[in-house]
Amino acid sequence: MADAIDIVELGGVKEGDKKKPRSKEKRLDIACQDAKERIHNYNEVALGYSPKEAVAESMRCLECPKPRCMVACPVHIDIPTFIGLISRGKFHEAAEDIHKYNALPAVCGRVCPQENLCEAACIINDTNPHNPIAIGRLERFCADYHFLHSDGEHAAPLKPATGYKVCVIGSGPSGLSCAADLAKMGHKVDLFEALHKPGGVMMYGIPEFRLPKAIVQKEVNYVRSLGVNIECNVVVGRTLPVKEVLDGYDAVYVASGAGYPNMMGIPGENLNGVYSANEFLTRVNLMQAWQEGVAGTPIRRPRRCVVVGAGFTAFDVVRIALRLGAQEARIVYRRSRDEMPGRGEEIEHAEQEGAIITVLTNPVKYLGDENGFVRAVVVQKMELGEPDSSGRRRPIPIKDSEYEIPCDTVVVSIGQTPNVLIPSNMPGLKTRWGSIIQANRETYMTTVPKVFAGGDAITGAATVILATRAGREAARSMDAYLRDPARAWYPPA
Amino acid sequence: MYAITSKRTLAKGVIEMTVQAPRVAAHHKPGQFVIVMSDEHGERIPLTIADSDPQKGEITIVFLEVGKTTIQLGEQFNAGDSLFAVVGPLGTPTHVEKFGTVVVIGGGLGVAPIYPICKGLKEAGNRVVAIVGYRSKDLMFWHDRIASVSDEMLVTTDDGSFGEKGLVTDALAKLHDGGAKMDRIIAIGPPVMMRAVSEKTKDWGVSTWVSLNTIMIDGTGMCGGCRVHIGGETKFVCVDGPDFDAHKVDWGEMFARMKGYAKEERMALEADHKCKLAFEALRR
Ligand SMILES: Cc1cc2nc3c(=O)[nH]c(=O)nc-3n(C[C@H](O)[C@H](O)[C@H](O)COP(=O)(O)OP(=O)(O)OC[C@H]3O[C@@H](n4cnc5c(N)ncnc54)[C@H](O)[C@@H]3O)c2cc1C
Ligand code: FES
Repeated sequence: MADAIDIVELGGVKEGDKKKPRSKEKRLDIACQDAKERIHNYNEVALGYSPKEAVAESMRCLECPKPRCMVACPVHIDIPTFIGLISRGKFHEAAEDIHKYNALPAVCGRVCPQENLCEAACIINDTNPHNPIAIGRLERFCADYHFLHSDGEHAAPLKPATGYKVCVIGSGPSGLSCAADLAKMGHKVDLFEALHKPGGVMMYGIPEFRLPKAIVQKEVNYVRSLGVNIECNVVVGRTLPVKEVLDGYDAVYVASGAGYPNMMGIPGENLNGVYSANEFLTRVNLMQAWQEGVAGTPIRRPRRCVVVGAGFTAFDVVRIALRLGAQEARIVYRRSRDEMPGRGEEIEHAEQEGAIITVLTNPVKYLGDENGFVRAVVVQKMELGEPDSSGRRRPIPIKDSEYEIPCDTVVVSIGQTPNVLIPSNMPGLKTRWGSIIQANRETYMTTVPKVFAGGDAITGAATVILATRAGREAARSMDAYLRDPARAWYPPA
Repeated sequence: MYAITSKRTLAKGVIEMTVQAPRVAAHHKPGQFVIVMSDEHGERIPLTIADSDPQKGEITIVFLEVGKTTIQLGEQFNAGDSLFAVVGPLGTPTHVEKFGTVVVIGGGLGVAPIYPICKGLKEAGNRVVAIVGYRSKDLMFWHDRIASVSDEMLVTTDDGSFGEKGLVTDALAKLHDGGAKMDRIIAIGPPVMMRAVSEKTKDWGVSTWVSLNTIMIDGTGMCGGCRVHIGGETKFVCVDGPDFDAHKVDWGEMFARMKGYAKEERMALEADHKCKLAFEALRR
């Protein structure tokens, strides 16, 4: 792995030399595909730093002794250390160091909402506003560099086999990271996935232009290389009854995500051309309907598309609609811009690509043509009232403000909740609001003995990094549980 | 992965396949279906499990060569080949208990899925009266198998080339008018037939159930593509069904949703056809 890196040439510091941080400089932009060009393809939009750029950005980092970014990071990556390693040309070491804390750096470097997490906490914001260290881009750089310039394997000595058999349900970020750690701890792991490809939302939800599927497959291959047996096309609760899982394994980790699409229940929602975000995304991403002539799965090519909602999902959908040739692709959101939960960079990219954002507006019904296809959405204007339980100001409809937006495609992206298949088939498993699995937030143990759960399945739709963290912490807890001869010390959920 | 162990043509365009899918075969209950992908780029299509053999680890599927994928399966896949994916058994199994006399209606391709249902109902102690309908004699299949799992069987053909001339609904009405006891009616077949049965039985006070065949993708409740109004509420056919109370189904919506991709499907078939013609022209 010893590549010849001339760190002085790249603008970094030699080992032992003192670093002079250039924190006053502006944060280094990442090269992107031009907006006019990229709406005609599915290639990645943000192109990533070159080694020279990564070193330049890393040289802005103060390497604080009391790093606030580290506290803000949900998995507490040792950010100053890995950035320091980049400044000194030790790219592989930096990648290895990140991997101690985060199982999926190539993914998280691309999709984490850093602007609300580590980068929001960066101390440089205090003196050089809006110019925090580009921590996410540097994380991505390390992971990509490591993938490209090594066999992609992370130094991971496997512990001797324990003889315990563990079952992981679901191959999203939470299931994959839990399975990987359990395998390293010496347990025999079977991972079951309902769909025909592993990766969870990373495969079926997040589009290729934001997270190339080749990267997800590399992560999956790595987990396989640790000896985890991944079996697709197995729906636990159907293909494999829950009872067989409970009887056949010493411990179980449920990471079945939040894959059930919420709809609004307004008139006309079942017209043709009205999609749930999950259906639209699954057709395009998992089934690759964007590849006309290759994929067997069809997708409607929208001319005028209305996307309801303003989260990660809504922005992914609106950008896909543009790539499918929509002349008008519009986000309709009931609150104001300030409340939009989507990732900042994605909102910016969507607007560059021509997406229209209509805030303080909410659909009330859909109108169809004589063949049962949607032709317009009737919306209502909203204003913001007092804060609600989420702390955000509650949107209130404005009387007599309805108007029609003509469209031929609508995608409802107002959130997902967990699927009830596993809870309804596992006696004794307690849930909240009918589907969110109840689990102890330290041990990840559920109300059923030997069953643990984490990720979106216990929180509702959240983020990749939180799902990954749950996977890793649960693995540690399950390991302790398995090695404990009494197996009784666990507080229930 | 999922090896095809046999394939035969039952009637023009009607293909029967047995496929290795041990986990599916082990847990299959009447009324359940599988999602099948022919190859890695194929679409995911739902097919009812027409029979299963847990010992051999095999399931039987029967399909009509009508769409892009079923035509591909019919033309290009043979015993010895493998399917890319077979997922199941999906859906809530048909409600089976001792009802008394159950009339089970299968129309056209729907004759295959009623086989495990008749079998299950008979094992539960019901008197099973089967009505199987085909367009004509040369399209008949599996009537012998249905006969083996029913107490009485009526065959109809549209053109009268075998059995009673007419539709399954005619035979059903005749039974009812003759005062035959019926505690439950189950109908599976083309949506027009299921709707016709539903309309017929509406005023009889007999609980009538149909198995809906909407467009699906995942088949696990993840996409909502299969949704339809049942008794004023949106239901996901793949998990809440596929069996529903026929009198509660919003048939108008069901028909409209089935045509959601008619245009795209036609274009794909035409493109395929053109490819094939071009390919043949090249070979010549
Ligand atoms: C369109 C979209 C964009 C997003 N963008 C971002 C982003 O930019 N950044 C970010 O941090 N987060 C993003 N998220 C959220 C993030 O993807 C999720 O929080 C994360 O994937 C949750 O991981 P998980 O492992 O808990 O579940 P999932 O990724 O949902 O994986 C669960 C898996 O379990 C399988 N499964 C379910 N039931 C069963 C069963 N009974 N048997 C077998 N398998 C089963 C499912 O098929 C699925 O593959 C996005 C989500 C969506 C939908
Ligand atoms: S097929 Fe996707 S939810 Fe039913």
